[in-house]
Amino acid sequence: MNLVLRKLLRDVPAALGLAIVVIVLLVAIVGPMIAPYPGDAVTSHLLRRLKPPSGAFPFGTDNLGRDIFSRVILGARGALEVSLVVVGIAMAIGVPLGLIAGYRGGWLSELIMRITDSVLAIPQLMLALALAQFLTPSLESAMLALSLTYWPFFTRSVYAETRRVAASLFVDALRGIGAGAPRIIVFHVLPNVISPVIVRATIGVGFTILVAALLGFLGMGATPPAPDWGLMIAESRGYLPTSWWFAMFPGLAIMLTVAGFNLLGDGLRDLVDPRLRRSR
Amino acid sequence: MLRFVLRRCGLAVPSLFGLLVVTFLMIRLVPSDPAAAMAGDAATPEQIALLRHKYGLDQPVWDQFVVYLGRIVRLDLGESAFTHRPVATDIAQRLPATLELIFASMFLSVGLGVPIGVLAALRHNEMPDFVLRVLSVLGVAVATFWFAIMLQLLFSMQLHWLPLRGQLADSVPRPVNITGFLLLDSLLGRRWDAFGDALAHLVLPAVTLAFGGLSGIARFTRAGVLDTLQNDFVFYERAMGFRRSRLIWRYVLRNSVTATVTQIGLLFGGLIAGGVVVEAIFDWPGIGSYTVQAILTGDRQVMLSVTLLVGVIYAVVNILTDLVHGLLDPRLLDRT
Repeated sequence: MNLVLRKLLRDVPAALGLAIVVIVLLVAIVGPMIAPYPGDAVTSHLLRRLKPPSGAFPFGTDNLGRDIFSRVILGARGALEVSLVVVGIAMAIGVPLGLIAGYRGGWLSELIMRITDSVLAIPQLMLALALAQFLTPSLESAMLALSLTYWPFFTRSVYAETRRVAASLFVDALRGIGAGAPRIIVFHVLPNVISPVIVRATIGVGFTILVAALLGFLGMGATPPAPDWGLMIAESRGYLPTSWWFAMFPGLAIMLTVAGFNLLGDGLRDLVDPRLRRSR
Repeated sequence: MLRFVLRRCGLAVPSLFGLLVVTFLMIRLVPSDPAAAMAGDAATPEQIALLRHKYGLDQPVWDQFVVYLGRIVRLDLGESAFTHRPVATDIAQRLPATLELIFASMFLSVGLGVPIGVLAALRHNEMPDFVLRVLSVLGVAVATFWFAIMLQLLFSMQLHWLPLRGQLADSVPRPVNITGFLLLDSLLGRRWDAFGDALAHLVLPAVTLAFGGLSGIARFTRAGVLDTLQNDFVFYERAMGFRRSRLIWRYVLRNSVTATVTQIGLLFGGLIAGGVVVEAIFDWPGIGSYTVQAILTGDRQVMLSVTLLVGVIYAVVNILTDLVHGLLDPRLLDRT
């Protein structure tokens, strides 16, 4: 683990990504303690609405007089919670299905992979939008819709890796000395297929933050007055072009966070699979 | 060649069928009663029962699925609860605007992405390469809807260079409808004023949509060119004194674009999905704003139809991508 970390830190973009991810995680954890106006998640101050950025309000204030800097900080927790839960559920569904389909073969494998391909037959965003709309619009529905459309990506990559590992000699040897299928899958196949899953999950967290922000923007995710980045951008649209800061800063927060996860994910992929190295 | 095409189309059938099952299950498995949702809050139980009977929701699941399949095959996509018109008609009317936007974005992202990628590969680890790397990180990380609003803010609201929204200014009369494609129609009708205005309206949405794809295309082209440059034939041709531009743009590029073509195929799907929100922000009268309208009004029939449509387009594009692969690298045709 130490070696992995040291190699990762030598890769400048990946180290930058790791730094961003750590900072965002910290901000998400201690946000209410470091935000200058932690109460501004909900309370409004109509006397100081739509103030431009200044010393007291570095990112300005919004249409209800709330400090945007505080709300951007407070929004980190929600964004991370949503994306970690979504990616977690998607992994919990996708990885076991991929393992079973890859190890067992036969009609069960065929069925699982057909379902996987069917879900992958439309862009995830489109399917998630349709699904979120069919459930009653709420943050929970949005998360469910995102999880239910993201698991096939895990199944696909785990399936391919498992097929490769299951055909290898050491698995034959394990079978020969009488190890049962569950034991082989959990203790011997899983550790060998987990690295692409970690890479996919890291990039998936960033991607999910983007899609969740979009759902919030369209009014299908977080509900006011939650300090949600997507929602803040949607609320800002009525106050343009004069209050440009209202729209600008939440978007920058999204971009920075997603870029952090992507850089980290790319760096991890380079470590795991040097064949795909992006910078030679 | 023909066998390859047929085989490839055959492969798409199961996943399209699966898509039908998934969308059908979506209607069935929704917790709420679809008939009650369609009837609205003020409906009496009799009205709901009537609707349920009208749409066959009181039949067994299997019968419903068969009826559903039959209607899809006849392109009967039901009626929009919002516009009260057949969904198929609405879609047909709005598809040209969406295709115009998507092709413009494709043109931008491929037309700029490939040269940028080649340039970055040739100037490997120098300034252009560095700029591309930063851009490609941002291109994937930026929220499209935010980028769209920022462009509107700068170019429409502050600088007043480009129109804010829509496909054509109200002051410009629409050209005679020939193909449904606004740019094409204004060209055919020799309406240069409409052509210029439509083009100005197209710029911001197309640039927004192209930004993410452009960086992907450029990155894959760069990687492909870097790989190809390692080959012996490049070394040989250089030694033979081939003109550098001819060598790069013809021989190296052709051997480098396999991954790029895959990216272009994927890009198409991304553009359709990303177009939804871009169209909504720019009030572009296409499928995307239709979808957002359906989301906001809870119009399920429209949501389902659009999802199916996107699935079909996606499948077709995937087949085309494989074909182009085959044309670029005939060895692939034999392998199947």
